Amino acid sequence: MLQRIRTAPPRYWLVAIVILFFVGWPTVISSFQTSEWSQAIILAIAIMGLNILVGYSGQLSLGHGAFMALGAYTSAILAHRYKMDYLATIPIAGLLTGLVGFLFGVPALRLSPLYLALATFALAVVTPSLIKRPAELTGGVQGISLAPPDPPQFVADAYGGLTGTLMTSDQWIYYITLGYALLLFWLAWNLVRHRSGRAMRAIRDGEVAAAASGVNIAGYKTLAFGISALYAGIAGSLFGLATSFVSPDTFPVSLSIQLLVGAVVGGLASIPGPLLGGIFAYFLPIESNQLVPTLSWIPSQIASTVIKAGPAVSYGVVLILIMIFAPSGLVGLVTTAYTRLRRRLRGANDREAGQMPPDPQTIS
Amino acid sequence: MQGLLQQIISGVATGGIFASLALALVLIYNAMGLVNFAQGEMAMLATFVAFTLIDHGMSYWIAFPVALVIAFAGGIAIQRVVIRPVERAPILTMVIVTLGLATLVNGLAGFIFGYVPRSFPSPFSVQTVDILGAFVSYRDLGVIAVSTVVLLAIYLLLQRTTVGLTLRAAAHHPEASRLLGVRVSWMLALGWGLASAVGAVSGIMAAPILLLEPNMMQTIIIYAFAAAVLGGIESPLGAVVGGVIVGVTVNLAGTYLPFVGGDLQLAVALAIIVGVLILKPNGLFGRPSVRRV
Repeated sequence: MLQRIRTAPPRYWLVAIVILFFVGWPTVISSFQTSEWSQAIILAIAIMGLNILVGYSGQLSLGHGAFMALGAYTSAILAHRYKMDYLATIPIAGLLTGLVGFLFGVPALRLSPLYLALATFALAVVTPSLIKRPAELTGGVQGISLAPPDPPQFVADAYGGLTGTLMTSDQWIYYITLGYALLLFWLAWNLVRHRSGRAMRAIRDGEVAAAASGVNIAGYKTLAFGISALYAGIAGSLFGLATSFVSPDTFPVSLSIQLLVGAVVGGLASIPGPLLGGIFAYFLPIESNQLVPTLSWIPSQIASTVIKAGPAVSYGVVLILIMIFAPSGLVGLVTTAYTRLRRRLRGANDREAGQMPPDPQTIS
Repeated sequence: MQGLLQQIISGVATGGIFASLALALVLIYNAMGLVNFAQGEMAMLATFVAFTLIDHGMSYWIAFPVALVIAFAGGIAIQRVVIRPVERAPILTMVIVTLGLATLVNGLAGFIFGYVPRSFPSPFSVQTVDILGAFVSYRDLGVIAVSTVVLLAIYLLLQRTTVGLTLRAAAHHPEASRLLGVRVSWMLALGWGLASAVGAVSGIMAAPILLLEPNMMQTIIIYAFAAAVLGGIESPLGAVVGGVIVGVTVNLAGTYLPFVGGDLQLAVALAIIVGVLILKPNGLFGRPSVRRV
């Protein structure tokens, strides 16, 4: 065991450090900030789902906000109308959304990527008005308010024993969210490393070649859609938990854009990418909104306009710049830098030993 | 019966607005096999330009063409700066770039002009005229007339002029055109300019009805998607026919289907998109696509 720990590759250490950071973080920051970080992690979960679809199976969805809405409303309705425990509704919401996504994936099979983008975008735009219609079920424009959950006694006791402070509802929600994030990221990591992940990537890189190699194209494409929707559904359900409120305006088309920004910025087809992307996409508008009113050169009467327009402008600029200059996102930038650095170091050693440096083609 | 006729004519008028924007989408699709998600937002920005010109005392009929010229130049500039770097990238990348463009233009318009809806002047009065017992507003007739003129102009430009021929050649056979001395990349830019101007017509026609604000075209673009898909996304004629069909269908569904009403008209567009893509993916006028291995 000790031997295994000592020889573990550096990225396992990195993962362990990141997990420890996220576990300890709420004990350092305020309760309000904890709630913000919960929402960032929730976005990261939905972005992971989008990443499985876009990054690994090569199908573009611009409507993942709609799947989040479905997950959130499933939980909210079960908890509010049928008095279920909200925590018990989260897996139900995930499975139901996954099933709907799977069914949605069947007609999507026949569509070219462009048409799929178009149809899902239309879905994202229509979602708020679709939610408003069955008003007696969804609460219409007013939405559904939910009671924030209190941590169960044994959790609160354990937390109090460890930190000496009382566990707030926000912190409890944060740890639930973190738990789901760990589970879902671990599942995604396993998925992409094994048979199904390889099949999906083969489809993405060349459908005909994949089919010729015996990959079940239709099966894996719909599977990717289903899994992706499951992630979005769980994220939506957690979102309702974190904000104690769902309404049609919680799920505008800009939410779907925000998810896409996160996926692209973090890096498509990578596992750490969605985490970075979620944090980025969540905090970018918040931080810029906090910054704007403090800047004295912006007149106060237009500050509110700047706050409203700021996220759209920055998201747009980021999307375009990343796609043009760094299509593999933040993770891509970091890996390229790391590979270059290592090659340079190793190249220096090799030259000393009188050997040729390895062919760059064979490394990547 | 008169009521029905009235709704149909009013649907044709909104259809004209959808058709112009759908035609803009088709022009860019033909040029580079891409659906421009920013088309509506570009039209919205051009409408704001027209609004500013009129606001500064310019007459409507001068401001209208001037705004179109500015939109044309803007379309070319956008193609040169934003689209050209990803011209050879996978389709996924290009779609994401146009979405980024849509978000950016929307934010910029909000930044410059604010989010307060403004009333946009229309040269046509809202008074009605009696046609076969149906009361039709001059504004609807005006929208139909302007759309028809613009669509005809584009048709003549594409089919009857050398520029149109070169444009089509560059879009369909880029390599052969390049060998014959056509500057293909600039032809693509020209296509973007044209599309931007045609889209601007739809924005300027829609503004008096919807009130001008940065999110004005967000629903129109969905109807335009439906129109383009229904007509066959590579057919200019299809875009026009599709636009009119979508306009009339949505209007009739909103009036006569109590379930749809005013707020689910957009869902009708979604249903049209999904239905066409599943049942007849090439639309009414599109050629069946051949997949090359």
